[in-house]
Amino acid sequence: MNRYLVQRLGFVLLGLTALVVVIPILLVVGTIVVRGITAISWEFLTAMPRDGMKAGGIFPAIVGTLLLTLGTALAAIPVGVGGAIYLSEYARDAWLTRAIRLAIINLAGIPSVVYGLFGLGLFVLFLQFGTSILAGSLTLAIMTLPIIISAAEEALRAVPTEFRTVSASLGGTRWQGIRNVVLPQALPGIITGVILGLLRAAGETAPILFTVAAFFLPRLPQSPFDQTMALPYHLYVISTQVPGMPLKIQYGTALVLLVLVLSMNVIATMIRSYFRRRRQW
Amino acid sequence: MSKPQRVRWIEFLVEALIRVIGFSSIGFVLLIFLFLLREGAPVFFEVPLSNLFDTRWYPTFDLFGTLPLILGSTLITATAIVIALPLGVATAVFVREVAPGWAREVLKPMIEVLAGIPSVVLGFFGMTLIAPLVRETLGAPTGLTAFTGALILAYMSLPTIISVAEDALDAVPKSYRDAGLAMGATQWQTIWRVVVPAARSGIVTAVMLGMGRAIGETMAVMMVTGNAARMPLTLDSLFRPIRTMTATVAAEMGEVAQGSVHYHALFGIGIILFVLTFLINLAAASTIFKKRRRGGLR
Repeated sequence: MNRYLVQRLGFVLLGLTALVVVIPILLVVGTIVVRGITAISWEFLTAMPRDGMKAGGIFPAIVGTLLLTLGTALAAIPVGVGGAIYLSEYARDAWLTRAIRLAIINLAGIPSVVYGLFGLGLFVLFLQFGTSILAGSLTLAIMTLPIIISAAEEALRAVPTEFRTVSASLGGTRWQGIRNVVLPQALPGIITGVILGLLRAAGETAPILFTVAAFFLPRLPQSPFDQTMALPYHLYVISTQVPGMPLKIQYGTALVLLVLVLSMNVIATMIRSYFRRRRQW
Repeated sequence: MSKPQRVRWIEFLVEALIRVIGFSSIGFVLLIFLFLLREGAPVFFEVPLSNLFDTRWYPTFDLFGTLPLILGSTLITATAIVIALPLGVATAVFVREVAPGWAREVLKPMIEVLAGIPSVVLGFFGMTLIAPLVRETLGAPTGLTAFTGALILAYMSLPTIISVAEDALDAVPKSYRDAGLAMGATQWQTIWRVVVPAARSGIVTAVMLGMGRAIGETMAVMMVTGNAARMPLTLDSLFRPIRTMTATVAAEMGEVAQGSVHYHALFGIGIILFVLTFLINLAAASTIFKKRRRGGLR
């Protein structure tokens, strides 16, 4: 067979493969949007669940997920950005640095349910936080750490060395250079990485199963030591644990979770491309 | 304190703090392993090894055979990779080497969307739509099978495989491609006989990272595989319900008494999962480090 014909057929085949990858994604998002949108109402978003969660809204689950994400951010951002600053600005290529990188790769690979076990063992039982927002946030924060560190380090490394040398030549110390010159330049990249990490935390179920999630708690949490409902866990509960659950509510909950996570994704992408275009180096 | 002195103090404190934070990642890995051991190690003394690696997992009858769970995880991870590897590599090749600009602009965000969909949402979708489809196609009593799980897992590991494979293709120097074309090969021949072989180690890394993701996946798998702890030994096991290690921990941890043998056994499964993913990632990392030391292919 003519080899150019082979090439043409091959390229068509590759295109079809890409379609096989993309079509299910559209199908998942499309189905959930179309079937979920009918459940969405002001009441659904702002009311407490009623009748064994078969009616009313999912307000406490939404608030719970927002609180958990906030808690995760508070714990993960300083440690993640600090770790990235160390790797990009201070660390030399010694075996210790390689050990840190290895640790980060492994943190990224630990199964989410193992994070749940760890959170149960350390935060809930050993430190006696109980099943609480505090325990859940800290567990999610450690899980988010490798994503934030990698993204922030990449953003810091992308800042040209000249920025640092110019700062030093003006008499600035290393830290002054980092704080006043390098960090502001890397900020958009860092923010993008942080959002991508938090988005993952917001959608996770397994790490909060035993550390924070409440099956049914029709009130808002009162303190960081309180349990809370959360969107991903709520979706799991109403689609597997409660018989006779109206499908409409299940799709509605899935839609709210999906919109929350994907809108964070869009914001992160927008920040990245906006600042990449404006960047002058 | 004079001003220069204060500056020096701040400098010293900040640097010390950043160093501590920098090393904390190592601390977290050790801490995780320590607490898994603390809660899980007792099971190795409470339950004889012959029981632990037996074929029956019935905790209510003190049978803690983890073999069906380990094989269950292995079966669906392997099946998922068999599906995802050709799809992922072909898509990466398409995006990097062949696709026109507009197709790339559509594909990349779509794959990012896939990476962002929470696993519980995919599990829900699999339960309500894919499982009935599988049931009708197979004429089986249930659509909650190992295959359903593997299918969803394949798509969940695709973003990882595609992005790492893309980086690997990207690292192949342009001169390799030019050389191939200059020898009279078509672009198609150059891709498969020069570029992809040159990116081989990166593609292996991609598969390993995808595998690590698949074996640790919990919620989607728990929702669509039917969770029957049986040995997948016959050929049709792929189309029967199965149970994985992750699903077992997630499903049963909520119901056990703290400190019981069952509780320790679930942490024991956590230890197995930790060690497995640690080894997979270690292998993947070693190829990454090797490439870095050689200065990459650039």
